Amino acid sequence: MAALRCFLRSGKGAVSVLLRRELHATAPASAQVMVRDALNQAMDEELERDERVFLLGEEVAQYDGAYKVSRGLWKKYGDKRIIDTPITEVMCDSVLAPPPQAGLRPICEFMTFNFSMQAIDQVINSAAKTYYMSAGLQPVPIVFRGPNGASAGVAAQHSQCFAAWYGHCPGLKVISPWSAEDCKGLLKSAIRDDNPVVFLENELMYGVPFEMSEEAQSKDFTIPIGKAKIERPGSHITLVSHSRFVGHCLDAAAVLAKEGIECEVINLRTIRPLDVECIEGSVMKTNHLVTVEGGWPQFGVGAEICARIMEGPAFNYLDAPAVRVTGVDIPMPYAKILEDNSIPQIKDIIFSVKKTLNV
Amino acid sequence: LIQGLVAQSSCLALVLIFILIFNFLCPSFEGPAGKAELTREQGLQYYRTMQTIRRMELRADQLYKQKIIRGFCHLYDGQEACAVGIESAINPSDHLITAYRSHGYTYTRGVSVKEILAELTGRKGGVAKGKGGSMHMYAPHFYGGNGIVGAQIPLGAGIALACQYQGNNQVCVTLYGDGAANQGQLFESFNMAALWKLPCIFICENNRYGMGTSVERASASTDYYMRGDFIPGIRVDGMDVLCVREATKFAADHCRAGKGPIVMELQTYRYHGHSMSDPGVSYRTREEIQEVRSKSDPISLLKERMLSSNMASAEEFKVIDVEIRKEVEEAAQFATSDPEPPLEELCNHIFYNEAPIEVRGTNPWSKLKSVS
Repeated sequence: MAALRCFLRSGKGAVSVLLRRELHATAPASAQVMVRDALNQAMDEELERDERVFLLGEEVAQYDGAYKVSRGLWKKYGDKRIIDTPITEVMCDSVLAPPPQAGLRPICEFMTFNFSMQAIDQVINSAAKTYYMSAGLQPVPIVFRGPNGASAGVAAQHSQCFAAWYGHCPGLKVISPWSAEDCKGLLKSAIRDDNPVVFLENELMYGVPFEMSEEAQSKDFTIPIGKAKIERPGSHITLVSHSRFVGHCLDAAAVLAKEGIECEVINLRTIRPLDVECIEGSVMKTNHLVTVEGGWPQFGVGAEICARIMEGPAFNYLDAPAVRVTGVDIPMPYAKILEDNSIPQIKDIIFSVKKTLNV
Repeated sequence: LIQGLVAQSSCLALVLIFILIFNFLCPSFEGPAGKAELTREQGLQYYRTMQTIRRMELRADQLYKQKIIRGFCHLYDGQEACAVGIESAINPSDHLITAYRSHGYTYTRGVSVKEILAELTGRKGGVAKGKGGSMHMYAPHFYGGNGIVGAQIPLGAGIALACQYQGNNQVCVTLYGDGAANQGQLFESFNMAALWKLPCIFICENNRYGMGTSVERASASTDYYMRGDFIPGIRVDGMDVLCVREATKFAADHCRAGKGPIVMELQTYRYHGHSMSDPGVSYRTREEIQEVRSKSDPISLLKERMLSSNMASAEEFKVIDVEIRKEVEEAAQFATSDPEPPLEELCNHIFYNEAPIEVRGTNPWSKLKSVS
């Protein structure tokens, strides 16, 4: 039911992505894969490939995962590799910090990243900084993954986006995928990476299907961390986004295309390290920039992008100030009408594009 | 476990309650007496309150399935004796804080069914004007409704500190579940409360499952009343409203006498799954749920006790049931017809006692207003 709702909500985006994909790539054996299943496949393949990899978190084993992302893994790999923990986020982190230093490669699931605040000291001070503090003696190959950002009707304490918080810290890699292909390729890369990686999924995307090429379905398919993807080329304006709002940008681009405005939509894929070259290259072509994110504006991902553009060669190519479309600067309210007006809608993106282009 | 004694008079029932006491490090600790008195008025009032909570939660279940309530909804049916027993043993001027399974406590702490259901449906008539939702309902001396597991515990210790600081002879009841019982912040709170002798009653509502994980799979020790180590603890049958009341009375007296904190474990059960998105049968059997329902239901227990000691008649209970059904139905009507909060409310209540501020909307041209 939730999957259906998700699909209906961003189905248009998925369908238009599908159509675009069919124009660009004619892979014969492509399949429709839901984001949830792509994540499941990634973990399954990496668990099989390397027995030092294991998954640990609340309800990941016998319950099949709070959002069913780890469905079937416990049945396949058993108690040693898929571990249910008590509700103790700090211990999940602390328990996992030594294992990387002792040769294991844990995946720590946070039921949502809101709960990671209970353990954020360990993520930053024990995971992110350790390789630096030890001058190279103790690497920490660990993945922290889970849903991030707003869901539907879960109110203030369960709706925060942590991309900016984690993206702020040196020593961490921070990934925020959008499509099923992103999720599979990037999660595999994250698990294989020897550094602490924060992998920010999105609950509303779990049930959304995407077309995955045959290549993407293979067991060795990885996507490099730190490289953005141009989902839709365009010449008039650059839209940069991450996670669920990439879909919103594509929807807005489809509407604007009817009015003759061609948007180039960039899917960041990785928050840290940020693929500034990709954004700069695009801005130098289109001369206009709008960033779109679900998180709060102050000190956010969009703010960082704007600052980097200012400091780099692309600044001279801007014909208008770069603009951020963000969540409203308030805790997330519960009532539907208030919640809907707290996060960027497609009309907000369209409005900002037109204001920036002065049309 | 309860052993009921049929009373001589039709107004009172003397009930033996079995309460397990932990006095591991406190040999001089004497627990609550094994007897309680129940008057007819009290019995009917407890029945009414528990039944109201039960019907309210079941109505919320229906509203959720109709998608009129959205997001998270953690229902309390089965655990009514805990909320009602605790409230009957403390004063309205005492304080209480709990986690997200909070609708029962919101009611016992004074919020009407109408305001609770309207909050669940996200309307402006809700107790938090529709901005909080299921897990964030508040009232005077009731601090929610908290979404993050265990985070309410140190808050409760803090409220107890405030009581001590102000010397007002009030106590703070700090509730948590068996899932939260393994959180580090609980033990930090234990230490601080004991060290400073805070008037804090730590109450663990042990309903045997933390989401989908049974207590055996989560806790090295499932004797939650002993987890306070240097803090005395009582284990109580949480399905018996009188047990809960007597234990809470004892605990409150203990705190008010300046003896420091105390731990209570209420052994209880939830009929629903963890939340409305959990069917609740993948980690426990339907037989188990049915058995608790038929043998230990808190409302039935009280009703049988009163009927068998001739304290009330079956017709009287029926009348109460009808009244409650009507009240809950009217509340549900209100909750489905009341309008959503107006958009002007969106940015209000960021700060307290401040001049109005401007808040950035979704884009730089959207400037919204926030009033304290």
